[in-house]
Amino acid sequence: MTTRKSSWILCVAASMMLALAALPPVEKTMAAGPSTVDVKIDNFSFAPATLTVKAGTQITWTNGDDIPHTVVSDDHAFKSKVLDTDEKFTFMASKAGTYSYFCSIHPKMTGKVVVE
Amino acid sequence: MPPQRNRDAILFDHNRDGIDRRGFLKCMAWAGTGALCVLEGGVLKSYGLDDPAHIAKEARGELSFVQISDSHMGFNKPANSDVIATLKAAIAKINALPVPPEFILHTGDITHLSKPEEFDTVDQILQSASTKEVFFVPGEHDVLEDDGKQYLERYGKNTKGAGWYSFDKKGVHLIGLVNVRNLKAGGMGSLGAEQLEWLEDDVKHLSKSTPVVVFAHMPLWNIYPEWGWGTDDSAQALSYLKRFGSVTVLNGHIHQTMQKVEGNVTFHTAASTAFPQPHPGAAASPGPMKVPAEQLRGLLGVTDVNYVRKHHALALIDSTLE
Repeated sequence: MTTRKSSWILCVAASMMLALAALPPVEKTMAAGPSTVDVKIDNFSFAPATLTVKAGTQITWTNGDDIPHTVVSDDHAFKSKVLDTDEKFTFMASKAGTYSYFCSIHPKMTGKVVVE
Repeated sequence: MPPQRNRDAILFDHNRDGIDRRGFLKCMAWAGTGALCVLEGGVLKSYGLDDPAHIAKEARGELSFVQISDSHMGFNKPANSDVIATLKAAIAKINALPVPPEFILHTGDITHLSKPEEFDTVDQILQSASTKEVFFVPGEHDVLEDDGKQYLERYGKNTKGAGWYSFDKKGVHLIGLVNVRNLKAGGMGSLGAEQLEWLEDDVKHLSKSTPVVVFAHMPLWNIYPEWGWGTDDSAQALSYLKRFGSVTVLNGHIHQTMQKVEGNVTFHTAASTAFPQPHPGAAASPGPMKVPAEQLRGLLGVTDVNYVRKHHALALIDSTLE
């Protein structure tokens, strides 16, 4: 009985250690923050123009043009300030849905973010 | 070698508007180095700026004014690192005109980023113009961030809505329109229902012989919709002007001179004083075009507009900053 109890405790302890051992990679992911995706603004267009991401993804737009642009979703779920050359705008895509967006200065520039 | 045809003759007048594509392109080609285009009795005549005798004759009239555009104060990228110097050169060009213009029109993108100091710099430079009266309409770069509040505080006195207005000079009715506000995704410039209603009412009581000049930032004709170079509801605005014998539409935004004649309407876009942009579709995007330094001033400029009553048309002279 004593032996069996010890084995049981050992087993539990081993499971706990295993569980602990499994933790560090999880912590690593947490330390790196949520997954991130970049959208480049070049030549008056968004690339990629359509982006599909998992909820919890952080999206960053960077303006590579010599002309300012904005990133504004049609439903105003996100709206950047005016981005001059090399300026960035970040949006945390937390809610599932399809977000159509455009540059409010050059409305021919349109894009779409699909959050799953 | 095939025999030379008369290159000035209208060969293909598909739209029955007195202008063929060849003539239009020729006018466009000249515009880059400075050109005078005159519409007389439905026929477009153009003279190169190297033909001063003709210009001296045409440049006289009851009313003379100058259009400048797209000064983009604050822009400092490689396409032009000194937009102050080029705006000053444009003012020097105006001050050197043989007959001082009655007033100056600035067709928008006064600033690059709507910053107060950018507006202040332009105002300061314009004070050196011999002509003190300047009329403005906003470009999309003048109404960033604050829904055009600052623009209206500075230039909106005696205007309606987002800054539209009209006034009369020596028998010519001038109308400043705003087509850079509330732009819709996928669309081009926009005037909006309220402004269109105002415009219809504004011209209702004018006699049809009144020469009308309409100026706005974005083109009021569809130059290149792929780049957003047009205005979604411009056709409705122009429908209110159909009955007039002489309508001149002056725009900026595309940083190059272009002209089109359609019935009694002459459309004209002015060069920028800051930086050139590519011809429609000639580049991946309409962004600033970097040209060798010695070519830059040849692509920037001012437009001199003259109204000669008996000709019943406005003469437009584009000249570069060289």
